[in-house]
Amino acid sequence: MQNAERPVFELVDVEKVFQVRKPGQRFGRQTVGLHALDGVRLSVGQGASLALVGESGSGKSTLLRVLLGLDAPTNGQALYRGRAIREARAGGSDFARDVAMVYQDARGSLNPRMTIGALLAEPLRRFAVVPEAQIGARVEQLLTRVGLPADAAARYPAALSGGQVRRVAIARALASEPSVLVADEAVSGLDVSTQAQLLSLLRRLQQEMGLTLVFITHDLGVASYLCENIAIMYLGRIVETGPTDAVLAAPAHPYTAALRAAAPSFFQPIAEPLPGEIPSPLDLPAGCRFSGRCPRVQGDCHASDPYLARAGEGRSVACLHPLASPQASALAGTFQD
Amino acid sequence: MTLVEPARRGARSIFLRRPFFTLALLVAVGYVLAAIFAPLVAPYDPVAQDFNAMMQAPSGAHLMGTDSYGQDILSRVIFGARYALIIGFFAVAIGAIGGLIVGLAAGLSGGWVEWALMRLIDSILALPSLILAVAFIAILGQGVDKVVIAVGLSMIGPFARTVRADVLQVRVQLFVEAAGLMAIPRAVIIWRHILPNVIYPLAVQVTIRISEAILVSSSLSFLGIGVTPPTPDWGLMIAEGRAFVSFAAWMSAMPGFALALLLIALSIVGDGIREEFDPKLKGKA
Repeated sequence: MQNAERPVFELVDVEKVFQVRKPGQRFGRQTVGLHALDGVRLSVGQGASLALVGESGSGKSTLLRVLLGLDAPTNGQALYRGRAIREARAGGSDFARDVAMVYQDARGSLNPRMTIGALLAEPLRRFAVVPEAQIGARVEQLLTRVGLPADAAARYPAALSGGQVRRVAIARALASEPSVLVADEAVSGLDVSTQAQLLSLLRRLQQEMGLTLVFITHDLGVASYLCENIAIMYLGRIVETGPTDAVLAAPAHPYTAALRAAAPSFFQPIAEPLPGEIPSPLDLPAGCRFSGRCPRVQGDCHASDPYLARAGEGRSVACLHPLASPQASALAGTFQD
Repeated sequence: MTLVEPARRGARSIFLRRPFFTLALLVAVGYVLAAIFAPLVAPYDPVAQDFNAMMQAPSGAHLMGTDSYGQDILSRVIFGARYALIIGFFAVAIGAIGGLIVGLAAGLSGGWVEWALMRLIDSILALPSLILAVAFIAILGQGVDKVVIAVGLSMIGPFARTVRADVLQVRVQLFVEAAGLMAIPRAVIIWRHILPNVIYPLAVQVTIRISEAILVSSSLSFLGIGVTPPTPDWGLMIAEGRAFVSFAAWMSAMPGFALALLLIALSIVGDGIREEFDPKLKGKA
């Protein structure tokens, strides 16, 4: 994956701290830092596909905003092809054209007062993708590519169903002919058949156009279908990365194993969930941030905070006592059908 | 793949579903037509004085009677509709455009500019529009054009506040952020994405506020500081008939009735349009 080119996205110890009012203080002006991202390291190569997986509150969305250049990291470096992302965004329309976004709330991301045709034409005009005369034809082509009839161009978003609106959002993202597609829960909340159609559409597009895909999801099944690589996030930090199949088959981090086990499967009782809630990022446990809920917690887990370290080919894990392969497969195996 | 049909609230048209709205709309349209074709509809010249026919009760020759100068009240009421609608329309246009500009500026700027604009709007809103209009008339002087400007200026405040509230709501919507991600210039985002989503609620406001503008302008005339006699203005006519109300009640009653009917009709039309098109009220239906 390490091409001669620089990776598309490279995050080096990225931190994002939000100043929030001290909890319990209703009138005070004192603020404390909330670490939404805390030392994130990530590298996404050209043509790669990465799934970002984590519970709500794990910092996925903040990471996404940093990747898109909407938020500047408080500390660390967020690079896009070797340039700071914020600079790349401010420095002209190249970044905006090259990195496209599909929102989780596809309907909210489309102006309700514009027709589908006008919505798709907007990026086409903005980036002068095709000459003015061919815009109509290109809109039709985009609609066909995502499996919508051409007469949808005259409709307003309100006239389309949830699945169709997602297709429109994907079509708009593809309109600028980007090389990177960032999608936030692009298939969640849809019925299974629509989800399957969208997933195969995304996979086909990725293969045909050689897209680099960053896909945020909480569905491990979706991650393994669509993405070669996976990054598991917990409380603002990536706790395990690696090739999706290897990570899911033999998780090295207890949290990954727990996520893997929590996915319901046929003819099996639901596994015992992790004890407790995800802690508040304002009140992190000492040592490893997962120590409070970890089933394999040991004494030194409360003392030192593990960092993301290499563990096997292409894999990294942030755990002092990673699950060794046989144990891991044994643990994962108990929940497999 | 088939497309879902747009949601329709029943196949029947709005005119059948809302009989009062239809009736009110007919009345309002009737006023507009009467105002436009006033010279053709009115039986007499509205300012022709006839000393042989002073203060006549409604009769076949003068359907609404005559006033103390012998002017035909029906003709004056019909021509008065012209002034009422012209003043209402242009005053609201001034208020809406001014309010749109101030509200957009306040909603989009933030910081001290927003603070200053909102305090200005608050200070305008602190005074009822009639009092404000009186103040503007005191500065501008009398006349139809002055009344339009005075009433228009006094309505900028309420319009600006609703526009700002809508702008604050729209500018945080995802599609605005999405447009920013596509590096669409800010002016284009405002023009293409924010403005259309603000203008529809504003248009609804306009239909409701026209009646207020007419009422304020009539009040100004009634107080004797609006348009000048012998302009056939309803407020002025009511004021002129006031002295004779004990024995020639039609002199005040006819223009008063015309005014009340138009205001009620416009309010019902405005409410109907609002209920039909305001997304905030749709859920309750």
